Amino acid sequence: MSKDNQVLEEFTSKEYEHGWTIDLESDSAPKGLSEEIVRFISAKKNEPEWLLEWRLKAYRHWKTMKEPQWPNVKYPAINYQDIIYYSAPKQKAQPKNLSEVDPELIKTFEKLGISLTEQKRLTGVAVDAVIDSISVATTFKDKLGELGIIFCSFSEAVKEHPELVKKYLGSVVPPNDNYFAALNSAVFSDGSFCYIPKGVRCPMELSTYFRINAANTGQFERTLIVAEDASYVSYLEGCTAPMRDENQLHAAVVELYAKKDAEIKYSTVQNWYPGDKNGKGGIYNFVTKRGLCAGDHSKISWTQVETGSAITWKYPSCILKGDYSNGEFYSVAVTNNYQQADTGTKMIHIGKHTRSRIVSKGISAGKSQNSYRGQVHILKRAENARNFSQCDSLLMGDQCGAHTFPYIDVENKSAHVEHEATTSKIGEDQIFYCLQRGIDEEAAVALIVNGYAKEVLKQLPMEFAVEAQKLLALTLEGSVG
Amino acid sequence: MLKIKNIHARVEEKAILNGINLEVKPGEVHAIMGPNGSGKSTLASVLAGREDFEVTDGSIEFLGKNLLEMSPEDRAREGVFLAFQYPVEIPGVSTVNFMKTALNKIREYRGQDTLDAVSFLTLMKEKIKLVEIDQSLLNRSLNEGFSGGEKKRNEIFQMAMLEPKLAILDETDSGLDIDALRIVANGVNKLRTKDNATIVVTHYQRLLDYIVPDYVHVLYKGKIVKSGTKELALELEEKGYDWIKSEMEVA
Repeated sequence: MSKDNQVLEEFTSKEYEHGWTIDLESDSAPKGLSEEIVRFISAKKNEPEWLLEWRLKAYRHWKTMKEPQWPNVKYPAINYQDIIYYSAPKQKAQPKNLSEVDPELIKTFEKLGISLTEQKRLTGVAVDAVIDSISVATTFKDKLGELGIIFCSFSEAVKEHPELVKKYLGSVVPPNDNYFAALNSAVFSDGSFCYIPKGVRCPMELSTYFRINAANTGQFERTLIVAEDASYVSYLEGCTAPMRDENQLHAAVVELYAKKDAEIKYSTVQNWYPGDKNGKGGIYNFVTKRGLCAGDHSKISWTQVETGSAITWKYPSCILKGDYSNGEFYSVAVTNNYQQADTGTKMIHIGKHTRSRIVSKGISAGKSQNSYRGQVHILKRAENARNFSQCDSLLMGDQCGAHTFPYIDVENKSAHVEHEATTSKIGEDQIFYCLQRGIDEEAAVALIVNGYAKEVLKQLPMEFAVEAQKLLALTLEGSVG
Repeated sequence: MLKIKNIHARVEEKAILNGINLEVKPGEVHAIMGPNGSGKSTLASVLAGREDFEVTDGSIEFLGKNLLEMSPEDRAREGVFLAFQYPVEIPGVSTVNFMKTALNKIREYRGQDTLDAVSFLTLMKEKIKLVEIDQSLLNRSLNEGFSGGEKKRNEIFQMAMLEPKLAILDETDSGLDIDALRIVANGVNKLRTKDNATIVVTHYQRLLDYIVPDYVHVLYKGKIVKSGTKELALELEEKGYDWIKSEMEVA
């Protein structure tokens, strides 16, 4: 047993491998938040008047709100006046292809093992790379353009497709939805916009890699995906951030809008800097993600692998408004050292015959705290709604915590709601069994953890699943042997 | 191949093995019998390197190397295989995936190239035939929802895949009906060569009808108190362990 503890200790004391910074000159706003800053951001981006007004309204509302206290996480108070709300890497001109992209940036991607060229060549993934709030490379755009698919940075969408942005921005997550959504609405810098026309099946996975770079820069990404009738899109979001001492605030908003018979699959692998092994530093990840199944027979599926951030506060949700619409949430959340995660989902059943499925796998190691918080709400008119929820927790060592907070509100008697929950520990017996077959501790833990998370990982697109598996192993393994 | 000299071992403060001596040569099958609590499974665990057991005295040499100095995974890589009495479940990990990981770790240790998917599957197909195991079982989560017989058959399949030099079967017959017992024993017999050795740990004689040992040792209170050929097992079956007990009390 003593050796086991030692092994677990080593697993859990691994330093973050993606810790470095790159030198990109920042074009930053001064610290702090005010109407002037909101105007500065909007002016910097040459935004139309209506968008500035939209931001200002959100800002004014935000000022009246209080930071939520209910999540099961602890952190020192955030000084919102000590944050830089806008920073863009300097670029001579908008690059036409990858060779025009800052080589420093390419180097960063290569360190992460996700070079754009490789991505292009091997996987055919169109990558919209976001470094410090401004998109610098967009690939495969022409090919998508032929199908009428719009996939571009948010700023570009505001310029090129203002009518679409105006129509759908805030339609799923209103600017006054919650504290962090309001903050994002006031100061969002950039993000991705995606529009799939009627009847079009997007032929490739659309992907964005987020990076957080300049010191003290809050990241306020905004993603909006609209799927017209009978269309399909699979969208990947992956991120990793450089090591630094001060906590960084990240408050993104993701809105998905699915019309009749449309399907949106949204996958995330999140690997932001979690802080060092003493709990110093790390990203605060306060994200609002929500999808609206607006049309009948529409479907929205969230898959997330969360390994990073000092604090994760995130509930990708589905509003099942259309009859026969379908919402899914698959999640693996790993916490190690002093990380805290309070994550889960909300499934709001409004339409008739709506279905939802929740599979949540928490893994806690070190001195971390991992909470699942999920709400299933069946409204009065939602005849024959169905929900299945499964919430499993896996503990490594005896100093971490796993918590489950399910909220179930059923207002219609025809509903079927099932909830299953388990808690287990990686057993000494399991590890010894692996050892006896010649598999060392490190590989054994990777094997067991990946097996545990398999149901979620298999939801990810192939190349992403491989990356996610490596990431899980990396997060939990140490320099054993 | 294996030289066990005067092994003493304890778990926490309780002495379980009190001076075991045993030598196993290539090609031999040794049966270790004994009443419950005599230390049979402890001996198997000590050989495999389980941490719960502390070796307080004695030495174990395996193929000229000091076994006690090796980590459990290195013992496995050197060719020691333990077929577990209670194989554990690993949800979400198929036997196929598990074996591929294990085999490649072992090959890496021995300086061999890792097997690609095709060669691995070819090898697997060959071993599936040998031990008569249903392939669909191998694609399921390791031991999860397996019957007692399926678990044991899976252990023998793993043994076939890893081709150990020394196989230790820990109470492999427990929980098996006669058909399963025969299949498992057939698998073990087919895997016998003049270069490998097997230690069969069992409480009952019936397994030895199928896996015929060259030597039988009776363990009692952490010591080998009687050794002989397969006839000893039959004698034990007839007279029961009380015979050994009373004989020991007299002595």
